[in-house]
Amino acid sequence: MTVDRVGSARAWVPAIICVVLIGVVLVALAVVGGRTLPDRAGPPIEQLAVERNELSPGSITLTLRNTGPDPVQVAQVFVNDAYVDFDGGTRPIERLDTETLRLAYPWQSGQPYQVSIVTSTGVVIEHEIPAAVDTPQAGGGFFALMALLGTYVGIIPVVLGMLFLPALRRIGSRGVRALLALTVGLLAFLAVDATIEGLELAGTGGGAFGGPALVVLGAVLAFLALTAVDHRLRTRARHGEPRRVSGTRLAFMIAIGIGLHNLGEGLAIGAAYAVGELALGATLVVGFTIQNTTEGLAIVAPLTRRRPALSRLLGLGVLAGAPAIGGALLGATVTNAELSAFLLGVGVGAIVQVVVQMAPSLRGRDDRVLDPATIGGVAAGLLTMYLTGLLVIA
Amino acid sequence: MAAPSRRRFLVGGAVAGTASAALGARSVVRDSGAPAKAASGHTGGHGNGVNGPTFREGGAVDHRGNGFHPSKILRDFDYGRVSHTGQGRVLREWEIVAGDKEVEVAPGVRFPAWTFNGRVPGPTLRCREGDLLRVRFTNGSAHPHTMHFHGIHPAEMDGVPDVGLGVIDPGRSVVYEFDAKPFGVHLYHCHVGPLAEHISRGLYGTFIVDPPQPRRSADELVMVMHGYNTTFDGQGNQLYAVNGIPFHFMHEPVRVRRGELVRIYLVNILEYDPINSFHLHGNFFDYYPTGTRLEPAEYTDTIAQAQGQRGICEVRFPYAGRFMFHAHQTEFAELGWMGFFEVTE
Ligand SMILES: [Cu+2]
Repeated sequence: MTVDRVGSARAWVPAIICVVLIGVVLVALAVVGGRTLPDRAGPPIEQLAVERNELSPGSITLTLRNTGPDPVQVAQVFVNDAYVDFDGGTRPIERLDTETLRLAYPWQSGQPYQVSIVTSTGVVIEHEIPAAVDTPQAGGGFFALMALLGTYVGIIPVVLGMLFLPALRRIGSRGVRALLALTVGLLAFLAVDATIEGLELAGTGGGAFGGPALVVLGAVLAFLALTAVDHRLRTRARHGEPRRVSGTRLAFMIAIGIGLHNLGEGLAIGAAYAVGELALGATLVVGFTIQNTTEGLAIVAPLTRRRPALSRLLGLGVLAGAPAIGGALLGATVTNAELSAFLLGVGVGAIVQVVVQMAPSLRGRDDRVLDPATIGGVAAGLLTMYLTGLLVIA
Repeated sequence: MAAPSRRRFLVGGAVAGTASAALGARSVVRDSGAPAKAASGHTGGHGNGVNGPTFREGGAVDHRGNGFHPSKILRDFDYGRVSHTGQGRVLREWEIVAGDKEVEVAPGVRFPAWTFNGRVPGPTLRCREGDLLRVRFTNGSAHPHTMHFHGIHPAEMDGVPDVGLGVIDPGRSVVYEFDAKPFGVHLYHCHVGPLAEHISRGLYGTFIVDPPQPRRSADELVMVMHGYNTTFDGQGNQLYAVNGIPFHFMHEPVRVRRGELVRIYLVNILEYDPINSFHLHGNFFDYYPTGTRLEPAEYTDTIAQAQGQRGICEVRFPYAGRFMFHAHQTEFAELGWMGFFEVTE
């Protein structure tokens, strides 16, 4: 066994002991403490989150989820202060269960609507539709369009960015370090951005599945999983040619990290389209595309000293870009805020892992991480991201 | 509206249904030209979007379980137990019990009401000007209540805290005694704080004092306009009704005869909204504010009443058929305050 392996095994031991300890304490609390707790008094807590609304002429279809602790029985529904007839919701909705209500309501395009769901106890749960639009139906053409959008936003810009590789070859080791630092800056910005997005999103989901905690969970899980993948790659590398593979490995890790980030982006596009929101879509898609070319740059940055096969480069591009397609399809069909938040968290974890991976490559000859070239690179990366982000508004 | 940004796009997009705000509604309007048309008719009843508001089809309120029926309340006048005093005056006595009762106020919606004699609105007490009235009030509720009558009476009989009989605690009984005056259509209700809650939970009823010379004979109806704040937030009502149950008279119209004089004792005891109104389709009526004069003040098809206002509407329907009536505050109408007269030969 190598020294590294022993070291990593030793690192895991305290973690496992911790987990076991926590488990024991929780079980003890549940068994002993559970009996001493008083029963919950007062009226039932009724919470419903509207996960999805679909509008078709003369009708509004709501997908509800019971995000509270008690069953909820929908009794009546009114829209903009007028009671309406509806189908569905005849049985109580159990905790975390979903139910679909189809309301008969002659809505007008572009108008806002307030849907009020009256439960059996008279509690009113309100859902706002800021502007009613016909919901596109998810058919074959729709999915094809999602795949196309995913390709625009994901694969094409990443591959475009990779075209800089020949130019990058001529910039020398200091230049490469600056470039890697630029990549770290780009990724750091994406991580912060996605975290904020994930937290905002999770806050709207009713919190039944953990709310903002899901972002953290997704991030930690992704970080751990990628660390495991990295370990594998590193072990294998050691059996072959130890020093020369590291650039490829780094590129691979960056591609995975960016791929998971693009999953989140695709998710947002799909979900937006599903509710008829891509009226501004062309601008947004172009904005995303331009921004994502920097991702291709990030992937090829560690490859400047090698001549990788074209197929391998393409593979990296697809690895980084294709998740946008999957995300778009997923987002178009599953519009669950908390699932989306979790996936954004996964992207964050992936990015953080990549940044941790790249840190050693930033060291200069005097072994300092923060020399002027790297500081400048990180700052430039953050600024690039910020500035290309502004394009989306234009 | 805020400019759409990348973040707002992502957040808005991923949350189905709230995304429009993030992107700007105008572009959405421009983009989608879906013409609004009638609902596709998934139910057979009248309750499809364009055909007006309705509760979910197929559901009904359990009147038997509630212990009262809006159609019966229409013509249910309680003249009390009648006897004579030593001086030969007419003495009327009533037993009124306040209680706590869960009422089904709309199909499937339970409301923890406070009631007089187990119904909302409470019984319509009716007498003639000059009668001696004796109301034995028992508080069978878990909460303190009173009975406060509109009309002219001594301070001790006013049914408010700290005056006369004051607040009546749970389990106690008292007798309110006073003379019936002036003639007109009045109301009674609990007057314990917080007042809005004690009234809006259901503690109110109609109090009619007939003039010494009886009014012309007519088909007489009581209509009490009120609402239910089912969320108890004091911010308006979720349900509006006449005589207890929203939309009831849409399904069971008020049956009257063509050409016959119909006299409606109309009372507004709505809480949380300052004004209520009554509008009758296809007909006009004489209106007697508070019913304290024998000459009508107005010939109209719509009258407004502030909280606690009431009056008498007299109408003869010249045509047979179904005529709608509702609050012309149409929000109230679409939340339950509407119904039909069915005029037959
Ligand atoms: Cu009271």
